[in-house]
Amino acid sequence: MESYALLLAATLNAGTVLALASLGLLINEKVGIVNLGAEGMMLCAAIAGFATVVTTGSDTLGFMAGMAAGAGLAAIFGVLVIWLNTNQYATGLALTLFGTGFSAFVGTSFVQARIPERASFAIPGLADIPLVGPALFRHHPLVYVTVLLALALVWFMYRTRSGLIMRSVGESPESAHALGYPVRRIRLAAVVAGGALCGLAGAYISIIYTPLWVEGMVAGKGWIALALTTFATWRPARVLLGAYLFGGVTMLQFHLQGIGVDVPSQFLSMLPYLATILVLAIISRNPQWIRINMPASIGKPFYPGG
Amino acid sequence: MLKLEARPEPSKVWTYASPLLALTITVLIGTLMFAALGKDPVKGLQMFFWLPIQSGYAWGELLVKATPLLIIALGLAVCFRSNVWNIGAEGQYIIGAIFAAGVALLAEPGTGAWIVVPILLAGVLGGMLWAGVTALLRDRFHANEILVSLMLVYVAVQLLSYLVGGPWKDPMGFNFPQSKTFDAVTRIPRLFTGSRVSIGVFFALLGVVGLWVFLFRTRAGFSLQVGGLAPAAARYAGFSSRKALWTALLISGGAAGLAGALEVAGPIGQLTTSVPAGYGFAAIIVAYVGRLHPVGMVLSALLMSMFYIGGELAQSRLGLTKSLTGVFQGLLLFSLLACDTLVNYRLVMRKSRSK
Amino acid sequence: MTDLQKRTLLKAAALTAVAAAALVGCGKKEEPAPAPAPAPAPVVSAPEPAKPEPLKIGFAYVGPVGDGGWTFAHDNGRKALEAEFGDKIVTSFVENVPESADAERVIRDMAGQGNKLVFGTTFGYMEPMLKVAAEFPDVKFEHATGYKQAANMRTYDSRTYEGAYMAGVIAGAMTKSNTLGVVGSIPIPEVLRNINAFTLGAQSSNPKVKTKVVWVNGWFDPPKETEAATSLINGGADVLFQNTDSPAVLKTAEAKGKRAFGWDSDMTAYGPKAHLASAVINWGPYYIKTTKEVLDGSWKAGEGAHSWWGVKEGAIDLVSIAEDVPAETKARVEEVKKGLADGSFAIWKGPLKNNAGKDVLAKDAVADDKFLSGINFYVKGVEGKVPGSK
Repeated sequence: MESYALLLAATLNAGTVLALASLGLLINEKVGIVNLGAEGMMLCAAIAGFATVVTTGSDTLGFMAGMAAGAGLAAIFGVLVIWLNTNQYATGLALTLFGTGFSAFVGTSFVQARIPERASFAIPGLADIPLVGPALFRHHPLVYVTVLLALALVWFMYRTRSGLIMRSVGESPESAHALGYPVRRIRLAAVVAGGALCGLAGAYISIIYTPLWVEGMVAGKGWIALALTTFATWRPARVLLGAYLFGGVTMLQFHLQGIGVDVPSQFLSMLPYLATILVLAIISRNPQWIRINMPASIGKPFYPGG
Repeated sequence: MLKLEARPEPSKVWTYASPLLALTITVLIGTLMFAALGKDPVKGLQMFFWLPIQSGYAWGELLVKATPLLIIALGLAVCFRSNVWNIGAEGQYIIGAIFAAGVALLAEPGTGAWIVVPILLAGVLGGMLWAGVTALLRDRFHANEILVSLMLVYVAVQLLSYLVGGPWKDPMGFNFPQSKTFDAVTRIPRLFTGSRVSIGVFFALLGVVGLWVFLFRTRAGFSLQVGGLAPAAARYAGFSSRKALWTALLISGGAAGLAGALEVAGPIGQLTTSVPAGYGFAAIIVAYVGRLHPVGMVLSALLMSMFYIGGELAQSRLGLTKSLTGVFQGLLLFSLLACDTLVNYRLVMRKSRSK
Repeated sequence: MTDLQKRTLLKAAALTAVAAAALVGCGKKEEPAPAPAPAPAPVVSAPEPAKPEPLKIGFAYVGPVGDGGWTFAHDNGRKALEAEFGDKIVTSFVENVPESADAERVIRDMAGQGNKLVFGTTFGYMEPMLKVAAEFPDVKFEHATGYKQAANMRTYDSRTYEGAYMAGVIAGAMTKSNTLGVVGSIPIPEVLRNINAFTLGAQSSNPKVKTKVVWVNGWFDPPKETEAATSLINGGADVLFQNTDSPAVLKTAEAKGKRAFGWDSDMTAYGPKAHLASAVINWGPYYIKTTKEVLDGSWKAGEGAHSWWGVKEGAIDLVSIAEDVPAETKARVEEVKKGLADGSFAIWKGPLKNNAGKDVLAKDAVADDKFLSGINFYVKGVEGKVPGSK
């Protein structure tokens, strides 16, 4: 039983990275922008965060550096895509390639660096409840922040005026523009905010999850986060659940190996990706349903001049 | 302040000048990076732009690298022009390599050289099959082909790892995760001795001609492009978007699979976990920088290969990290995307107005 | 602008670009081309009359020198060469060379650049090195962990299982849950030997231990190694061992209050509280011996030329043993070390059963190198089945 509690704990940890990145991408997509550069942003943020912690010893500064890196790259992407109307998919891919190479480049001097030992976190009192305690209450604060963030996003998007404006920009930028809203600035703000969240996710990987720097250490999580946004039909609460599900599948693969299940490990490694494909197929099947949930202007360029 | 103003029609000058400008920007930033690292920028630029074309052998290596990139990019061009975003060419490449290896492993020392044909065909088939999965999911379930094809890449990688670690493992290989080395007869014939260039180059050139004819001289190619540029108009004209989807994905999947077959039965000569080399992703840039045009892609494939080889040389001769290759490639694409704006817009000074 | 003007502009731009390229090219004409035709490049500078040309030695690494593990150990070996031979040699290295067709180009370039001794430090370079060796008959090639040789290429390896055994001795004494965890890389004989030796060593301290193994299917993947280590700890293991090349497993153990070992290099700094000992590989002695042979002309290769060095030759050691390991355990480790060094102690001595109950070594039989090279089973005490085995 204990091991299942621990498996749950590991799942929450793994899922936090995906959830943060995916929430960031969700904000992007809610205004109609698809940022395929998630992986690149996360990698640059990971090295920015790691390098900052190595030089300053402060986790907080590290996280801020990661967010800044993500936001900065997102801003470049945003200007290209929103003002110069470059193809969103190609620009995002360029960002991924660039980010992957640049992070490796900057990171070469940090490959052997170490950061001070991570403090162990626990919510006093709650952490000692048998089973539930170790599973749920012994995590890094960011795990809990992520949950709050998802809830805050739900509130922001569906209960505030600004959220409504944001969503309407995503549904029909032309109409929002006609109503006088600064569509391009709203989009840029969303892109930058989304980038900051992806950056936070990246920094979490290199500072907390695996406190080391290695080229390419994000290992595809950026792409899974992209899939996750669609999987969750662009709703923050579902993103959170989906992230934990995916994080769980990754940990499950090792758990199954450990208890001697005799399936080749590669098939277990395939699970998260197959699961994504399966879910994509299921939820996309009904084009009406997709149209209701998917922001209508996704991927399409916006020309204020008409 | 500077504003962008739409041109009445795309500028011909900038259509050609934009890639040159993008290259110049990339080179400039590269120079700054070299200087920042304390390395001689001229030497650095030489690694990337001069050494890879300096000798016959160097050109051979350039072609070895450029051939798979070009072949995959040719297929991708068909896709992208139809607005089908096949990001999973890497996965199709891997499956093509697997199918090709499957046939190659059946060869014995006595088999004739004709076996090269089924090997290549198997590769094409494998790639088409894998792309077909994406097509099916998009056709039947409207699943986004970007995500599906991408997820399939990771699935393909795991499948490869399973095969070389299990059923196809070389029994004489001390349990290492790799297949037997393919028999000599299965090797894709080389063009000249002393160089690793293979007949794959012919396939690439054939592909270039074929693509040009297909895109600019056939009805099918035309309908594909219209479907990509103006889907409503295409539907009105009766061009089937479903046919376009399948055509695009099967062609690009087959191309990627062919590239995989050529690599695995060519320079590599066995199936290992190192077969995936990122060509499927790099080919996306090749296609884009080449403006999805057959001739343009030949040039961009060579350029990208120069970046790859230059990165290696910069590493072994100057002690720079190989990741510079990715930086340059990403920079090039960024700059190109930015400069391409100038094709359809011009920069003008306008009095600042309220937004 | 008229069409004519536009075309002129374009032509001018193209010419400028070509001219610029030519200028850059003319800058350094004497730079040798990347690996010319089969004959090796001639030595660039005229040799000084009295001193011989320094021997150029090249190293190809599969990972980054900063990995703190496998490649780091090889690079330490290279540095030992520089310390030993001073200006009689010149070393260079290329890191992050993938085990693919690219390796061939890099190694060929090394040979073409005048390196007369080339070390390839991972199994995956085997075929590329064979190909290049055939084209450069007067360059000497050394391939780590491989099994194919040629007239000018031989192979070398280290008995990492000896370090694993000694680590096991400590693990068995330190575990409280009697469950050990191993993060495995790829299920090749080398890794299986290490898992088995680790378990045998642990059983010699504590017959009740059992070992759980989780495979990450790679050599160097810190995030996955972290997850694998977490999974083992969740499954009850309180002492971890690894065959992967990064410090991630040790760091995870540190974070969760468990113990672990360093692998390939001394990893104490990555997990000061968790670190029990590091099983290190010392490539220095072998590299020095090889270089001496090349310098004095006695280097020989050919079929079967394989060196497999261990504690005896100074290639394997267990270092930085933690303070809180009991004195008697430390003494036992020393005993084993001495026994391995003088040949009186055999790790693989029968009776030995595999974990399905079958006898693999009869009573008092001692395994030979052939047996060890083909190991494809887990010894009794290791849970699960070897992946990919029937």
